[in-house]
Amino acid sequence: MMSSNRTQELQDRIRAAANDKKMLTIIGGNTKHFYGNPPINNSNTEILETRIHHGIVSYEPSELVITARAGTPLNEIIELLAKNNQMLPFDPPLFGEHATLGGAIATGLSGSRRPFTGSARDFVLGTKIISGKGDIMSFGGQVMKNVAGYDVSRLMVGALGTLGLLLEISIKVLPRPNTEQTQVIAMSRKDAIKKMNELHQTSLPLSGLAYENEKLYIRLSGASSAVSSAQKKIAGETLVHAENFWLQLNEQTHTFFKQDKPLWRLSVPYVANIDLDEESFIDWAGALYWLYSTKSAEEIHQHAFEQGGSACIFKIPTSEKSPQERFMPLQAKVKQLQINLKSRFDSCGILNFGRLYSDL
Amino acid sequence: MTRAKHANRKSLRNQLHQILPKSNILETEEQTRPYECDGLTAYQQKPWIVVLPETIEQVQRILALCYQESVPVVARGAGTGLSGGALPHANGILLSLAKFNRIIDINPANRSATVEPGVRNLAISEAAKEFNLYYAPDPSSQIACTIGGNVAENAGGVHSLKYGLTVHNILQLKVITVEGELVTIGSQALDTPGYDLLALMTGSEGMLGVIVEVTVKLLPTPELAQVILAAFDDVVKAGEAVGAIIADGIIPAGLEMMDNPAIRAAEDYAKADYPVDAEAILLCELDGTREEVAEQIQLVERLLTNKGATSLRTSKNEAERLKIWLGRKSAFPAVGRISPDYYCMDGTIPKYQLPFVLKRISELSKEYNLLVANVFHAGDGNLHPLILYDANIKGELERTEEFGGKILELCVEVGGAITGEHGVGKEKIDQMCVQFKSLELQIFHDIKHSFDSLELLNPGKAVPTLHRCAELGGMHVHDGALSHPGLDRF
Repeated sequence: MMSSNRTQELQDRIRAAANDKKMLTIIGGNTKHFYGNPPINNSNTEILETRIHHGIVSYEPSELVITARAGTPLNEIIELLAKNNQMLPFDPPLFGEHATLGGAIATGLSGSRRPFTGSARDFVLGTKIISGKGDIMSFGGQVMKNVAGYDVSRLMVGALGTLGLLLEISIKVLPRPNTEQTQVIAMSRKDAIKKMNELHQTSLPLSGLAYENEKLYIRLSGASSAVSSAQKKIAGETLVHAENFWLQLNEQTHTFFKQDKPLWRLSVPYVANIDLDEESFIDWAGALYWLYSTKSAEEIHQHAFEQGGSACIFKIPTSEKSPQERFMPLQAKVKQLQINLKSRFDSCGILNFGRLYSDL
Repeated sequence: MTRAKHANRKSLRNQLHQILPKSNILETEEQTRPYECDGLTAYQQKPWIVVLPETIEQVQRILALCYQESVPVVARGAGTGLSGGALPHANGILLSLAKFNRIIDINPANRSATVEPGVRNLAISEAAKEFNLYYAPDPSSQIACTIGGNVAENAGGVHSLKYGLTVHNILQLKVITVEGELVTIGSQALDTPGYDLLALMTGSEGMLGVIVEVTVKLLPTPELAQVILAAFDDVVKAGEAVGAIIADGIIPAGLEMMDNPAIRAAEDYAKADYPVDAEAILLCELDGTREEVAEQIQLVERLLTNKGATSLRTSKNEAERLKIWLGRKSAFPAVGRISPDYYCMDGTIPKYQLPFVLKRISELSKEYNLLVANVFHAGDGNLHPLILYDANIKGELERTEEFGGKILELCVEVGGAITGEHGVGKEKIDQMCVQFKSLELQIFHDIKHSFDSLELLNPGKAVPTLHRCAELGGMHVHDGALSHPGLDRF
């Protein structure tokens, strides 16, 4: 286990930047730089690298908790957990071998297990952060239940580093399932959504429901007897090397993700009827749509909103100019509350300013 | 320091009567008395006035009025909270959400239910039952407590080990801000853009807004649930068995522990056939498909035997399962029968610290000459020591509070927290000075001000002033509980 505590150095950098009114662009493994609004890049911005601050702080398998510094490579954590037959339950996408824990939490992205086991924010138990003024603060802890004070730890998840620099994160982990099998059934999209909704209301040991190219993928996890009994109930064909399919979906290495158009991500209710005349990859039991579209942002936002969800431009071809906002506009008062929070955590507006919304 | 001022009561009263029918405003001594405390009866304060709005628009108008006149507002659900979170403000309005009691929609395909905040926790599962779905968080008070209060406190329950707390089981809130504006937080989808205000609102103890609608997630009812009752002749062995089950890769639906005084009280009350001579019992519930449960029951029975269980009893049917749980679920009222009063603590600790913490609690019990019955959500390290006392004996309540404070400090010392599920409220405000340093407390005040700059919503709860912590001198609660805990000190 590598260990490198560079808290002081990071704190000094933030204090100096606050003092000199310099903007900081926080970079971990630089694997998710495409996500969110592009970092501001001018003579007044500096790069702050977090990979110097790495190492696992504590890990006790029977407590189901791991605490690591934000710059720790996700791969290191995943390997350590695997040795103890445990896993990060929210399947964070890596998008590259250097991905860090801090990046996974700052982006808050979760993989295919999400509707069944939970999301990145669900498993965060505690954080230590540096605010925009350079103050070090700790919230939450290493225990499963803690309602002392506001839940600042979960507020950090998905904030794209705009509220504070993550120093340390405590995560709840889970045992790896004994057995995993994936059944595949050919069907139309309409039928697949209906089928996913039906399956999701049963107590079958589901851990993935995805649909692409006329095929429904049903992953089952748990005790081997429970998985094999569920396979019989569900029928369809058993997919060989199923782990590759789920990995290619999570890491977006599947051929679907090789189009030269803006990639949209729609988070919608399970029952949504997304009709944008585009081919899509459906994950999360119908609650997540990946689609390439050249339709206007307004049109896609409007459609997602009408369905009770939201849309964001996840990735654009390098040749294209980024629109001003990647995420959907917020209700005015909700936006105001977020601006208020930003001004309290980062009063000088120096931490990743503009990454989430251009005014945060 | 709250900036609430003494409003012109007469004018305010007239304006409230323009918003609400007469029957929805309670003013007389006998009408307001039922609201003077919540589930923590040690703190009492009659509100100036109680209002019971029935529509979102009425709540908006009441809050806009209070904002304009700088009047404190304390929101209240069923009043079952255990930390004085709904304790009224002497100069404030007590805003009861009791009339917001409709289930608006159950959407089985979306596995969600949209309900008003005054709907009881258990009523949601009852309504979802026809679809074979249920709402997972199950605080012991679930028959009475309301979902709005559950969100405000981030309530847990015996099944939170596997199914999570309230924060893991809600999708969307409709909230009225202090200015009277209606906002939607979260969404009907799993992700919502922007900062995670849903997490911030959950457990915020009525400090950031008034919840008027909640969309919860529903889960499929497991095909089967079975519970194992294991007896131990030593509390430490029972604690070790808890760690062994989880280390073996099993996440039980519930994993509860009771010590001998709690076992005796529960058995006496509920007649659940508990082994009264055991030093500790574990209740381990496993749920899922039939095959999964069968496999895990076998594994856990073997583990418990290896860890020194002196006897095992596994429920064979639903009636037996419910009987075994009855003892645990009635542990609090059962203890209430053997002692004139009891004080329930709510600390959390890393599980491996359990033997040390139990030893310390037992030493403190001797030191203070007050008996303790221990009931734990052992799987997630959430302790509920019940300190037995008699409020009629002079000084005993004060001694009890001091003892309780020491238990909470002990929890912080071993890496845990002062509250796992009951909230800070009024009760644990001083222990917040132990849990957090001034920088963190300041950011909590900053968060409060981001939502409520005049500090009108539930003033004086959840987060102590820095001044108060400084006065306590880095936590002098060791040196004596406050002499008049009911007094407003803010």
